[in-house]
Amino acid sequence: MTTSAHPPADAAPATGAAANANGAASNGALLDVRQLVKYFPVTRGAIIRRRVGWVRAVDDVSFSISAGETLGLVGESGCGKTTTGNAVMQLEPPTSGEVVFEGRNLLKLDPSERRKARRRMQMIFQDPYGSLNPRMSVGKIIEEPMYVHRLHASRKERRDRVRELLELVGLSPWHAARYPHEFSGGQRQRIAAARSLAVEPSFIVCDEPVSALDVSIQAQIINLLRGLQDRLGVAYLFIAHDLKVVRHISNRIAVMYLGKIVELAGSDGLYDRPLHPYTRALLSAVPVADPEIETRRKRIILPGDVPSPVNPPSACRFHPRCPWAQARCADEEPKLTAVDGGRQVACHFWREIEDSGGVPPVAPSEALRAG
Amino acid sequence: MAVAEQTVNEVGSAAPVRSEWRLAWLRLRRNRAAMAGLGVLAVISLAAVFADLLATESDRHFDILSQGLPPLSERLEPIDDWRPWAQRHVLGTDDIGRDVFTRIVRGARISLRIGFSAVSISLVVGSVLGLTAGYFARWPDMVISRILDVMLAFPGLLLAMTVVASIGPGLNNAMIALGVAGVPFYARVVRGTTLAARDLTYVRAARAVGMSDLRIMLRHILPNVVSPILIMATLGLGGAILAAAGLSFLGLGAESPSPEWGLEVAKNRHLLRSLWWITIFNGAAIAVTVLSINLLGDGLREALDPQASSWSH
Repeated sequence: MTTSAHPPADAAPATGAAANANGAASNGALLDVRQLVKYFPVTRGAIIRRRVGWVRAVDDVSFSISAGETLGLVGESGCGKTTTGNAVMQLEPPTSGEVVFEGRNLLKLDPSERRKARRRMQMIFQDPYGSLNPRMSVGKIIEEPMYVHRLHASRKERRDRVRELLELVGLSPWHAARYPHEFSGGQRQRIAAARSLAVEPSFIVCDEPVSALDVSIQAQIINLLRGLQDRLGVAYLFIAHDLKVVRHISNRIAVMYLGKIVELAGSDGLYDRPLHPYTRALLSAVPVADPEIETRRKRIILPGDVPSPVNPPSACRFHPRCPWAQARCADEEPKLTAVDGGRQVACHFWREIEDSGGVPPVAPSEALRAG
Repeated sequence: MAVAEQTVNEVGSAAPVRSEWRLAWLRLRRNRAAMAGLGVLAVISLAAVFADLLATESDRHFDILSQGLPPLSERLEPIDDWRPWAQRHVLGTDDIGRDVFTRIVRGARISLRIGFSAVSISLVVGSVLGLTAGYFARWPDMVISRILDVMLAFPGLLLAMTVVASIGPGLNNAMIALGVAGVPFYARVVRGTTLAARDLTYVRAARAVGMSDLRIMLRHILPNVVSPILIMATLGLGGAILAAAGLSFLGLGAESPSPEWGLEVAKNRHLLRSLWWITIFNGAAIAVTVLSINLLGDGLREALDPQASSWSH
């Protein structure tokens, strides 16, 4: 389902194209993120700044997204999902790695080229109250990206397009004259969606687009995003911490823990059969809307807090909290490897854990006391 | 439906009245002191603009015979003039027989011009520096901030005097000097506001959309700077007028035949015992102008930044 409403007039080198000027070969994916790393320096001293360490916010993350697909990115607060989104969007330049979008490595483009590439990739932010300039009318907000990218020749064409977009996201054309403060959170997120669609992108990063909304509104926005995808064929990187929301919209889901992807699988596969211990723990935390099941349900409660990304645990970053951890987990880092069904998992013992039925051997706190 | 039709036509029409500014104006209107200040300032500005209509004669015109006349004295020789106040020296005459009222009215023009020009220089240069430093951070910020720190280390008037000393005395030079002396204050405020605005989500959104830095700075960051700068500029206007009078008083600003207020105070202060009206009325002109501007400035601050004001009506 590719773009019909999206004429790729001067679209960048087609997705399937072979190597380009940057030497980045495309493997057919719309977006290919390879070994993405984003470290933030930790400094000390007011006058003479010394670097005393790094916050390893995103550490060697790779994934790809095809046209029209949604990749969900989940993980708890501080695990690096938002930083991943920002790094993909080049809002925060990555420390290293490659972000190949429509066949071009964004990290190697000069700033003006990169701005042009932005036309094809857009972003919807978490906070709908902050993401719209309060001093601009909704019409101006949606029109501005078109103006910046010189998309429509005349003002009239742009205005017509603004009305079209407003209707597309379920608002009325006359809302264009209003200001953001006159709208509710859900409506504002619709406006943000219209703004991102104004430049006909093929890919949108949705950074927790529904986390700030009432639960009753969340479904509306999710369904809107799905509907837009069906009609326009845009691909999403959908960042969220709410597992149910992600399941509803994603084709595939990547689970992040402390700057690394620990598991990547089709969304049904992930929920029906989680392989990584962290994914198991996450899913066991989702409440079930049936009190009978809810009371009998086994939960995997992880001891302790998420370690600091300044000084992450050795090898497998999850091992200090993992109920199944063994000596090997502290010495050898498990690589994200392909297992059956096109899914990937980064755990030495996923098969053993699955064979044991997913029941933790001993409560991890006891294991810690014993060791 | 009629309403809907009408609003459609207004889509994005250039700069519609913003509720934000309307609210500020309503708050300002409730503030009596500020409105009084605004009124007085309006009168003074009009007097400055229509000085030629108001003043009865040239500010250089003198008449040896009518020197040292007290306020409200009648002219020695009646003149043919349509203005009722022209038959009297309303504010008296000075020691060489020049009409004080005429000179004060013409002095208003000088003082307001010097105030507005000095503030404009500070505001424009300060905003450009502050925006650059705040937006780009890193080394531009380092360089600009250190220069500002050095400038701030000198008292403003002293800095202005140094500038005048190096480029020579005179009204225009005093204006430039005061403008330069004011730059660091504006630059600091703009830099601070820019730093805060740079990380607003809608500014990040603008970057994600692919806008150029210049466009982001002008369209999305600058509007945040307007209200603090407006308050500063208003209060700074009074300060600049006062400082200009001070410079003239010290002999570093306006030069002799000029009717500049500060200069008049300085020149005639030795006559304070006999011809008190020259010094007093010129001094009063300075005081009233600066006071009205400060009242307006304080009112603006309360109106534009209601949270920051310590007490409100």
